[in-house]
Amino acid sequence: MRNCELRDLGRIGYAEALALQKDLVEKRKRGLIPDQLLIVEHPHVITLGRNGQMNNLLASEEVLRRAGIGFHPTDRGGDITYHGPGQVVGYPIFDLREWKRDVVAYVRTLEQVILDALAEFGIQAGRVPGCTGVWVDGKKVAAIGVHISRWVTSHGFALNHATDLTYFQYIVPCGITKPVTSMRELGSSAGRDQVISALARNFSKQFQFNLLRGEPAVPELTETF
Amino acid sequence: MTDVVMPQMGESIVEGTLTKWLKKAGEHVERDEPLFEISTDKVDTEIPAPASGVLKEVLVEEGKTVSISTVVGRIDEAGGNGASAPAPAAAKQAPAPPSPASAPKAERPPVAPPPTPQAPPRAPEPQPVSYAEAESPNGPLSPLVRKMAREYSIDLRQVKGTGAGGRITKQDLEAYMSAQGARTMAQVTPAAPVTTMAPPSPPQSQAVTPIYTSQQAPAPVPRPEAPRARVEPMSTMRAKIAEHMILSKRVSAHVTTVHKTDMTRVAKMRARYKEEFERRYGFSLTYLPFVVSAAVEAIHQFPIVNASIEGNNIIYHNEINVGIAVALENGLIVPVIRGADEKNIVGLQRSIVDLSTRARSRQLKPDEVQGGTFSITNFGSFGSVFATPIINQPQVAILGVGAVEKIPVVVDDAIAIRSVAYLALTFDHRLIDGALADQYTAKVKSILENWSEEVL
Repeated sequence: MRNCELRDLGRIGYAEALALQKDLVEKRKRGLIPDQLLIVEHPHVITLGRNGQMNNLLASEEVLRRAGIGFHPTDRGGDITYHGPGQVVGYPIFDLREWKRDVVAYVRTLEQVILDALAEFGIQAGRVPGCTGVWVDGKKVAAIGVHISRWVTSHGFALNHATDLTYFQYIVPCGITKPVTSMRELGSSAGRDQVISALARNFSKQFQFNLLRGEPAVPELTETF
Repeated sequence: MTDVVMPQMGESIVEGTLTKWLKKAGEHVERDEPLFEISTDKVDTEIPAPASGVLKEVLVEEGKTVSISTVVGRIDEAGGNGASAPAPAAAKQAPAPPSPASAPKAERPPVAPPPTPQAPPRAPEPQPVSYAEAESPNGPLSPLVRKMAREYSIDLRQVKGTGAGGRITKQDLEAYMSAQGARTMAQVTPAAPVTTMAPPSPPQSQAVTPIYTSQQAPAPVPRPEAPRARVEPMSTMRAKIAEHMILSKRVSAHVTTVHKTDMTRVAKMRARYKEEFERRYGFSLTYLPFVVSAAVEAIHQFPIVNASIEGNNIIYHNEINVGIAVALENGLIVPVIRGADEKNIVGLQRSIVDLSTRARSRQLKPDEVQGGTFSITNFGSFGSVFATPIINQPQVAILGVGAVEKIPVVVDDAIAIRSVAYLALTFDHRLIDGALADQYTAKVKSILENWSEEVL
């Protein structure tokens, strides 16, 4: 069985996470490291995919700045999205050649992982044809956007766990004018760690690898010397 | 000519949208270098070039969706011979005349593809276009390979080419570099072990030098040794520590003052209550809570030590929240004892034990490492007698506690054995003057030296 390292990095800036992904993708391509699953939480930030439409950003960058929200164009698939506290963001760095050389199967499997994890908390979620992501009663609970280079994946998914959904007012999420929801809004009181464990379990099931603990979560370091 | 086709990125996929050409028509592309991007169902994929050469034709525009196996472009493998190729890219760059005299300029990124046979005015014989190319064993090299060879100082004669006609590709260089380990280190240092290992007896002996030169003269032979360095990304914690340390050094005017402190009374007190304390509370009694208690009491008299700076304002904190530095396996964290002035020795010791235990098992909550107004670091527990700590921003002072040691001292003109520790206060000289810092530290010292043996 293959190995995959799970790294729960806690709260980390978007640009920082992007740089880390880039570095890990290069290492993965060269076979220096096994598959990686990064779990993070971002400060408020709006990101725009390579094929995103700026007119799906409903607020000016000035308004975003004043609201304390960052803005970041990026190279993943998909349109515009919001990340912020209370969201469980996952960045799998997988070499798909060791799994299936199939990008659509990969996205469907990411959806399955999230569907099965949500089911563990009693949330019945599903798919909407033509709208990648995970949905509950017409509301989106998890967004997906992926970048692939030489079969190595980056970017991934963002599951609204206890997200403050009012922040989505600034955008048309993924360019689709459909509402968003969160596990909290759906009545789940599951803690972040429980959600991460459920996702991790379902990742190893769907992708058939041993999930090893990478570098453990680091408590927010605001004061060190 | 090689056809570039829309690849099939999965079983069920029948078409793809070409979202971006990463090369323009006429540009040179290396085999396996990203050539264009396609998008399928929220997945953006970089597609590598199937061959090295010049991207001759672009048949599918950006934004168009085509079925798989559609030819989207063509690559001319003859590479630089493409007649239409040189103009657009070369025009913008400084047109360095390819005269042999302009050797230094040749070190620049190559301005044009290799000389075209159709252009007779250009020197037909291979001029030294660049260092890397001059070393090339198998025909022209792509700009990327040349650049990498230059950047990493790779001797291309050592690299085996697997591209068309034995040409060296980017992958060949990468494979070569990973086989060589830390290439630059190996290049710089190969002579060092020889010289250091050579016995110092025959200085400049002819017997020694040849070894040295014979090692240097030929091109570096791939050495079977293990790489001499290992590259590892910093952990998040390490990166943050690094950032905070350097930030603090930049922000504050660090000065450290050291006071020798007689801890004999505290030591006696501790010895007397040690067993009972451990039996009653379940953890041992150390010197640290006494120091915290004394530091806090002295802050009442010198509140500026518990302040911070904001612009041109001094913020005096009403709470005394003392950060205690805790060493972790691979880092450091400073959990905070809130309201340290409201706790007695037992309460302080309990907080120290609790916070440091949970820091080591990484179970601190974020607000337990925030809001400190003053810090204490106990390097004495590792045997250090005194050190000069770095201020924990945005605080203005930190007290370092050295090891408590029994030493002979002169008391009333007699030699006595006393338990002594050095207290080192690092303070921000922007806000705290030396005299005040010494008054504060002297106060801490005096509280500890005159500890009432009744009060625990």
